[in-house]
Amino acid sequence: MQIALSVKNISKKFGDLPAVNDISFDVEDGKFFSILGPSGCGKTTLLRMIAGFLQPDTGTVEIGGKNMLGIEPNKRPVNLIFQNLALFPMMNVYDNVAFGLRRRGEKGKSVEQKVNAMLKRVGLPDYGLKKINQLSGGQNQRVAIARCLILEPSVLLLDEPLGALDAKLREHMKVELKKLQAEVGTTFVYVTHDQSEAMVMSDYVAVMNAGHFEQLDNPQNLYNKPFSAFVAHFVGKNNKFIAKQRKDENGNFFAETVDGHSFKLSRPVDLKDDNFIELYVRPEAVIINPKITKENFNILNVSVKAILFDGANSRLLVVPENSKQELIVSLPQNRQFDYIKAKDKIKIGWDPEAAVCFNKTDGKIYEEL
Amino acid sequence: MSFQGRSGFTLENYGAFLTEPIYWLTFVRTAWYSILVTCIVLIIALPIAFFITKVVNLRIQGALLVLLLVPFWTSELIRVYGWMILLRESGVLNHFLVGLGLFKQPKEMLYNDITMIMGLVYTSMLFMIIPIIGVMESLDDSLIEAAYDLGAKKIAIWREIIIPYSMPGIMSGSIIVFMLVLGSYLTPKLMGGKYSLWFTEQIYNQIIIYFNWNQGAAFGFLLLVLSSLIIWVALKLTKQDFRKVIK
Repeated sequence: MQIALSVKNISKKFGDLPAVNDISFDVEDGKFFSILGPSGCGKTTLLRMIAGFLQPDTGTVEIGGKNMLGIEPNKRPVNLIFQNLALFPMMNVYDNVAFGLRRRGEKGKSVEQKVNAMLKRVGLPDYGLKKINQLSGGQNQRVAIARCLILEPSVLLLDEPLGALDAKLREHMKVELKKLQAEVGTTFVYVTHDQSEAMVMSDYVAVMNAGHFEQLDNPQNLYNKPFSAFVAHFVGKNNKFIAKQRKDENGNFFAETVDGHSFKLSRPVDLKDDNFIELYVRPEAVIINPKITKENFNILNVSVKAILFDGANSRLLVVPENSKQELIVSLPQNRQFDYIKAKDKIKIGWDPEAAVCFNKTDGKIYEEL
Repeated sequence: MSFQGRSGFTLENYGAFLTEPIYWLTFVRTAWYSILVTCIVLIIALPIAFFITKVVNLRIQGALLVLLLVPFWTSELIRVYGWMILLRESGVLNHFLVGLGLFKQPKEMLYNDITMIMGLVYTSMLFMIIPIIGVMESLDDSLIEAAYDLGAKKIAIWREIIIPYSMPGIMSGSIIVFMLVLGSYLTPKLMGGKYSLWFTEQIYNQIIIYFNWNQGAAFGFLLLVLSSLIIWVALKLTKQDFRKVIK
């Protein structure tokens, strides 16, 4: 596979604040690549350096094998879709889409053909004469994409373009963007703080935190095999236990929580000096009232605090005995657990293989879930 | 009143305007110079407004606006006298230029068309900048970046994005400046030369010097028709809605 975009050891500081810190990655041609991170992690800075609006302090950006250092944004074979789309309000849809072609000096019939073909492709034929403010949010989205794709960029950069849409339309546009990308085959580099957007659409996701990549992987691995506590915490929902690691006489490892619970660990952590660890268990890895009690299952007696009904996304909020920590357990809506009511006492259990643990981080982790 | 003659209704006053070349020549000259001044003001005001709204940070922005406003706390008369002190034969500028050895002897810089136009540009600059700043402030930076990203060069960004976007501000600024210049009396009178006769001076002469109120009224009415006509044409040419512009 050809490499469409290659970023090498790129860094950028604003004053003394490092926004992007020594990041390197390659994106293969035709892939959907996402950069996922909390706000302020430097992802937009990284994107703007690729687009050429910012110059990196060190490192290089190569697009299609060509070094882009010192090349102005209007001469780079990349186009950026802005967070607020930045459609030109004084022009109609047709002129917006034709803008880039005209700047290249194309005229007449060829512009008309290309614009009409592109509007058709994004599902807006006959919308050419409409004003931008006559269109809905989703339609504007498509005009913005058409305006960039018509220039046939090597890489299309997207800066949280779905951020301003309402939840329903966002779900719809996610699928649509993914389909469109597969259809046109352009390399997409997508920046977002919404993990669901990144996971649904991407071939590869880079999780970014405080200026560096925590993990670059496909969405499945990111979810199931996080490399760091940050990734485990940031991607998807997770239950977190703070515990001490203990080894018994048979060589098995246990995590002993501050509340006095003890859980088997599948793999021990290479402890750093302070020996607290963080244990993460996914809500859907937790089984309610496990019947086949495998020998090494971690069993916990809990009381149900609340049932959070949300269709396929329903969860139980439970509190273990002698503890105040709330855990979330996913509640399959197959009528199997309809008997569970609030304040019930139930058992939950999980396979140690399904849990991951890391050294305790020093509290700098992103806390907003 | 402009239709009144010695014996009731007459078009004599308007006839005099057409038959006396000095009247309609002044009239055409005034219109032409007003358009010219408006254009010059616009060309200078656009980059200044852009600089104030988009380039500098908020604190400097405030300071620059105050700097723009300060001269207008004094009256037009004082500002014009200020220019006269600077430019006249024994003025500050001549003093420096002779001192630097650029001129052998002082040169009279007042009382010609160029100085008069400069004075008019100076006195009306603020009224162009303020409306344009108002519109430009709402221009999203990402529009400029998007155009840049889509391959536009600087000139194309100005031509395709900034100027079309600022058009309501440009038009309302232009209307104000044009009216001010067309109707100004002091600056052309004090800074212009003996050939720089302004149409307002003709009206003044008719009414105050010749006591021909009817002729003066006719001239005043003509000036009103002229300014309305030119503004109408300008709005049509730029496809702007009058209601949007005066907002």
